[in-house]
Amino acid sequence: MNINLTLFGEMITFLIFAVFTMKFVWPLLLKAIDERREKIADGIAAAERSQKELAQTEQLVAKQLRESKEHAQTILEQAEKRATQIIEEARVQAKEESQRIIGGAQAEIEREVEASKQVLRAKVATLAVAGAEKLIKAHIDADKNKQLLDSLAEEI
Amino acid sequence: MSLHPETKAEYVQHHLKHLTLDLHNMSINPHAGFWAVNLDTLIVSLVLGFGFLWLLWRVAKKATPGVPSRGQAFCELLLEFIDDQVHEIFHLRSKFIGSLALTIFVWVFLMNFMDLLPVDLFPLILGHAGVPYLRMVPTADVNMTFGLSVGVFVLMFGYMFVGKGFKGIAKEFVTTPFAVSNPIAKVIVAPLNLVLKTVEECVKPVSLSLRLYGNLYAGELIFILIALLPWWAQWPFGGAWAIFHILIITIQAFIFMMLSVVYLSMAYHEH
Repeated sequence: MNINLTLFGEMITFLIFAVFTMKFVWPLLLKAIDERREKIADGIAAAERSQKELAQTEQLVAKQLRESKEHAQTILEQAEKRATQIIEEARVQAKEESQRIIGGAQAEIEREVEASKQVLRAKVATLAVAGAEKLIKAHIDADKNKQLLDSLAEEI
Repeated sequence: MSLHPETKAEYVQHHLKHLTLDLHNMSINPHAGFWAVNLDTLIVSLVLGFGFLWLLWRVAKKATPGVPSRGQAFCELLLEFIDDQVHEIFHLRSKFIGSLALTIFVWVFLMNFMDLLPVDLFPLILGHAGVPYLRMVPTADVNMTFGLSVGVFVLMFGYMFVGKGFKGIAKEFVTTPFAVSNPIAKVIVAPLNLVLKTVEECVKPVSLSLRLYGNLYAGELIFILIALLPWWAQWPFGGAWAIFHILIITIQAFIFMMLSVVYLSMAYHEH
């Protein structure tokens, strides 16, 4: 344990080293660290912000999706309703149409029947007359007529 | 190395002698008085000191706030670790205290680390080159540890004046460690306080340096003793002691740094 001048040499060296570190090492490294910390903090803040934005957007999208689904549902329902309505209307119309047709046909038939009846009636009259003519012609028997005429003459 | 007992004693004693340059006659003399320098301590500590400062400076010069290189990441880790410790104790971000702590920690650690080099390696190599004595561990030299602690001591007074002013210091020296409220009692305890406080302050650098010196000196001595064992017994003991010593040198460097910061903080702040 000899104390000698080394002590002072080391002491001065130590203080010079400390000053050197303070001037040329510490601030540069600390600056780099602080700047990086700032960058990281900014990055984290940005990430948080975008995460929030993402959540908001997701909510918006979900809402819009729900709305469009509902809208589509209403449209579908309306379309179905409309379709049933159209079918119903068509059915009613068809029924009416068919009834109209049937009515027309019946009227036609009746008219035809009537016309036929008329024709037949006319034909029957002619036929009757012809028949009668024929009958009369066939039954004109001279004897009988004579007898008849005779009996008539008698009565007179 | 199985040596004769006398040779063993010589071997140990030889290993505990510094390469001391006597400034009276400019010759190597391990038994020189005050006007001498331990060249081995001085050179090893300077090489290590400039080495780590150069490395740190090179890293710091190229420091980027972007993605750091591995070297930069390591240096930043070290710096942040020390900065946090200093901040915790000192409560204010001081560039100088931080740099001081960083310098102490790294420098002392590296000097302590010299203890893990094979104890005979450099003395043997340089012995062939004509260097008669060599101790590789600067912190096992009391001059080195006192150099550091006296440096801290000087700074302590500097910080004391900056932090408290002359009046504050005078007040502290007569009112602590015994604080009384009675005016008469104050006058009575004042001289006692003055003595105790002076002793307290002066003991700080002594305990600081002797703790480090004692640990490293003992560590070195044990390595020297292990080197005296037969060759087959050297590596288990040497290995075990070296592994344990890794812990010691780190802890001692850390303690020296922490206590220096604590002392400076105590000197600066009212408490």
